[in-house]
Amino acid sequence: MRVPVSWLAEYCDPGLEPGDLARRLAMTGTEVERVSGRMGGDTGRFVIGRTLEVGPHPDADRLSVCEVDDGTGTRTIVCGAPNVAAGQTVVVALPGAVMPSGMEIGEAELRGVLSSGMICSEAELGLGDEDDGILVLEDGPEPGTPATEVLSLDEPVLELEVTPNRPDCLSIYGVAREVHAVTGAELADPPWDGWIDPGPEEVSGLASVRIDDPQLCPRFTLRVFTGVEVGESPAWLKDRLVSAGQRPINNVVDVTNYVMLLTGQPLHAFDLDRVPGGELVVRAAIEGEKVETLDGVERELPEGTVVVCDRDGPTAIAGIMGGASSEVSTGTTSVLLEVATWDGPGILKSSRELGLRSEASNRFEKGLHPALASRAQAIASRLLVEVCGCEAVPGMVDEGAGMPEEGSVRLGVGTTARVLGMEIPPATQEESLERLGFAVEAGEAGFSVLVPPDRAFDVTREIDLVEEVARVADLDAALPATLPATSGGGLSREQALRRTAEDAIVAAGFDEAVSWSFTSADSIATLGLDPTGDPRARPVAISNPLSEEQAVMRTTLLTSLVDAASRNLARGTGGVRLFESGRIYLPPAGNDEAGGSFPGDRPAPAFEPLMLGALVCGDLVPGDWRGDGVSADFFSLKGVLEQVAGSIGVSIEVIPGTEPFLHPGKAGRVLVDGQDVGWMGELHPSVGSAFGLGPSVAFEVGLERLVAASPSGQESFVEVPSFPPVERDLAIVIPETVGASEIEAALRKAGGDLLEEVVLFDRYTGEQVGEGLCSLAFSLRFRAPDRTLADQDVDPLWETIVESVESIGGTIRG
Amino acid sequence: MSVERIGKIEEEAAAAIAGAGDTAELEEARVRFLGRKAELTGILRGISDLDPSERGEVGSAANRAREAIEALVAGRAGELEREELGRSLETDRLDVTLPGSPPRPVGHLHPVTRTRRLIEDVLVGLGYRVVEGPEVEHDFYNFTALNHPEGHPARMLQDTFYVEPSEDLDPSCGSGPMDVLLRTHTSPMQVRAMEDSPPPLFVIVPGKTYRRDSDATHSPMFHQVEGLAVGEGLTLADLKGTLLEMLRALFGPDREVRMRPHFFPFTEPSVEFDVSCFRCGGQGELEGGERCGLCKGIGWIELGGAGMVDPNVFGFVSEHGYDPDTVTGFAFGFGVERIAMLRHGMGDLRFLFENDVRMLEQFS
Ligand SMILES: [Zn+2]
Repeated sequence: MRVPVSWLAEYCDPGLEPGDLARRLAMTGTEVERVSGRMGGDTGRFVIGRTLEVGPHPDADRLSVCEVDDGTGTRTIVCGAPNVAAGQTVVVALPGAVMPSGMEIGEAELRGVLSSGMICSEAELGLGDEDDGILVLEDGPEPGTPATEVLSLDEPVLELEVTPNRPDCLSIYGVAREVHAVTGAELADPPWDGWIDPGPEEVSGLASVRIDDPQLCPRFTLRVFTGVEVGESPAWLKDRLVSAGQRPINNVVDVTNYVMLLTGQPLHAFDLDRVPGGELVVRAAIEGEKVETLDGVERELPEGTVVVCDRDGPTAIAGIMGGASSEVSTGTTSVLLEVATWDGPGILKSSRELGLRSEASNRFEKGLHPALASRAQAIASRLLVEVCGCEAVPGMVDEGAGMPEEGSVRLGVGTTARVLGMEIPPATQEESLERLGFAVEAGEAGFSVLVPPDRAFDVTREIDLVEEVARVADLDAALPATLPATSGGGLSREQALRRTAEDAIVAAGFDEAVSWSFTSADSIATLGLDPTGDPRARPVAISNPLSEEQAVMRTTLLTSLVDAASRNLARGTGGVRLFESGRIYLPPAGNDEAGGSFPGDRPAPAFEPLMLGALVCGDLVPGDWRGDGVSADFFSLKGVLEQVAGSIGVSIEVIPGTEPFLHPGKAGRVLVDGQDVGWMGELHPSVGSAFGLGPSVAFEVGLERLVAASPSGQESFVEVPSFPPVERDLAIVIPETVGASEIEAALRKAGGDLLEEVVLFDRYTGEQVGEGLCSLAFSLRFRAPDRTLADQDVDPLWETIVESVESIGGTIRG
Repeated sequence: MSVERIGKIEEEAAAAIAGAGDTAELEEARVRFLGRKAELTGILRGISDLDPSERGEVGSAANRAREAIEALVAGRAGELEREELGRSLETDRLDVTLPGSPPRPVGHLHPVTRTRRLIEDVLVGLGYRVVEGPEVEHDFYNFTALNHPEGHPARMLQDTFYVEPSEDLDPSCGSGPMDVLLRTHTSPMQVRAMEDSPPPLFVIVPGKTYRRDSDATHSPMFHQVEGLAVGEGLTLADLKGTLLEMLRALFGPDREVRMRPHFFPFTEPSVEFDVSCFRCGGQGELEGGERCGLCKGIGWIELGGAGMVDPNVFGFVSEHGYDPDTVTGFAFGFGVERIAMLRHGMGDLRFLFENDVRMLEQFS
């Protein structure tokens, strides 16, 4: 909302600098985006000039070529005004100046002569009606003087950011009342004062309205004006509109806009002769109906849009925009003036469905009280007669459900202090409310407060009055800062463990990515997931995405990680070690626990488990001057995963099992306590190349599942054995198809309680052991908790161990 | 004669031992003064031949001298060993300026995570629990239960991403085109948290939020932290104190907080809160008189929204022990990225999510 300070001052003038006023308003709930000038652009581009020479244009009869002194030098300006002559003091718009009409002045060639700027007329400067010639000033100001020092070009305008609960501040008088409330400066009587309801009288013969559904239209008023002369508005009116950011159109339309800006109540003028019989009907649009709106666009009306119809169908979209068929134009002689009240949510819905917002819809959608209609009629009736030389037909058509009952709200004596934690004297509270337009009746238990129609939708409860009192009370300066008594905050055990795991992977040399939750359907498709069986192939889809790249929610961290990795590689980073700790979004079916469950009565629409994912492309540990580093292969990443799980006391197991996006031979499922928590492996070469990555390894595990398995903080101490161990090595040859973990399990089973530790310390495949076989060397450590073991204690176990190795296809070597 | 002679021998030995420049010279001195042919050895050997009146005096003097010389040899031997070791180590040198090996890469937490943890820690210290909620959310929690009735223009304040209706979503979801959305703030968790536990309640909700907006200061995804305090007798002054404590922990002990009345549907009264600028100390200009670019000369930096929980919100959870007549509460919310960017002087919000390692590796 643009509020020209001079217009505001007509109703309330606190005598403050605009900047100071803006600060006062900002501290009482009305944000002032900025204080700008009426011209919108930089008024410094308008300067006083003197015409030095004026000669005819060589190529155009009606143009003159003027040499103008602008204070810094002489510039050539082509001018079309008949009254231009040498030796005049004029206003020059230099290139870069923006006219009130919005036109930007540049350098342009006019019929072969380069014109650099413009000599302005009164009308062009928005200063008056005179547009027959340039504005010639009295001599005096030197060329180069800023025009603002001579003319009032630069009226300050407050640009307010009005919150949706305050449609009253979308009006000059509403803002004036607010300024009155926060500064105490006197408020002029409302401009609609003195209005006497004219009753139906004569007008009923000329115009009528039928409201099909009073829900949609609480009030509809009509007046008729005859003998209208449509033309340009007087300068003061155009000036007001321009300052407030509205383009002047013609006197009738300008009056409706002016009244809307003043009162906050939109109006609409029809050409009565283009509304057959003056008969209007308010109803909901039926499917397929169309109307051409004032902006010249033919619009198909969504079913249910409220329309104002004449005999031929819709002639305006209620509360949003008038129709072209009944538009007031130069030929108009009779005007039908509609001032109506519409259902706010309905207007909001229609305006969204139509993709059409207007000054009117912006006000109606926030909810206006029917009482405002009379105010607008009062001022508009007077102005139309004044400005358009017409006559008002006595009487007003006034249909609708009648005025809603006036609401009175109680404000208890202690309520304000109870909510704010600060006492505001009752007299101050009362004064604040009254300045804001509330009628206050003081009683024993507090105030009984009558809410004015302007605030009817915003202020309905006691707490709303507390806010009114609080915001006017210079809340910030006066309010003490206290701390409530709390009891025992903290991170949950799970949250703390999650941090530990994240810190562990950072310690392993990984950088954390925080990525978009969005991805593209294409990106997911690249993973080759089974479209019917795999829930990750069925992402949560956004119906109004910003782009295809961000059209669905990610179902795996892998898409985010490859994306970040490939961006880094494209920017010249040699390799990356990235991890992400974040949510993925999956269909909830069958996933009701272990992650992604949230407090609250209604289940989450999607399953959103927290995952921990990592990807390495390049070296895990870079090589250096002493030798090679650790390349990013399956085992080095598995080591990282073991380390991360180990940081919260969890041991993982990896068994064969693949994913479509992984190298089929270098992939595994990650198990914790036998439960599948995720995958790890080398990226499938075709997936890697689709994202521009070289050989990469990655994993993704359910972080909540990992944390759930953690014994951290719940461990029970096991006595540390003090007797010496017996150590023996075991070399076996076994088919490669037997997994190392299977062998280890067999060894442990056979070794029983005395077998304390099994470590694989060598693995060999090659000619010496034969095709399909491998040689594995384990070191075994035996220990008893209660005595020193002797060889004869271990020997029987050793036999069992040898047997168990043989039972799974192995032979003992050496 | 003998006793004086013994004293003399001891003096000579001391000089020879001290003058020994290496272990060989020391050995030579040892043999000379303590060896089988040494004079002192001879004296000791000949004690029994002496007159009984001299035996005691000479014997004890000779023994004392031998012990003294032995001690000197041992002492000097230790010194020489240390010197020689020192000399040999002197030549066994590393170039300590060579890089560590193998070069262990140093990992980094993302600045958003760092900042989120910092905020969590500050509020945990003020007595809050940390809870998290879903990002794909019901309209009910994101709007309706936060006092944004259907058709309320406040719904338009936040440009919302809607989720396509699907059988894959939880059966509790409505099938309308606007029933399920990406939460536009962390506030829906206010209602979930109150459904979950009765008052008094002190929780914060960190997490991702989404709005359909993209430029240097708006990202379609960003992180918020929401705070909610509900109990008996909580006031707007308590909110101010809480914000003040938090902002001082984040931006320095001299900071002040400013509350400007505002409008949010789910709080009443509502405020926006600012922190006094930590670059210019709230003056709006720097020492040289230059306008402060961080706060744009205002002296205050806008941070977030807050207010007293609207009784209508309690109305949605009154069955869970939240009676609007007996409890009051306050809520506040702000952006994690904004705090991170202010603390680290970053410009474009969207760059944070590009995860360029050259950005990530700047923060430790
Ligand atoms: Zn500053």
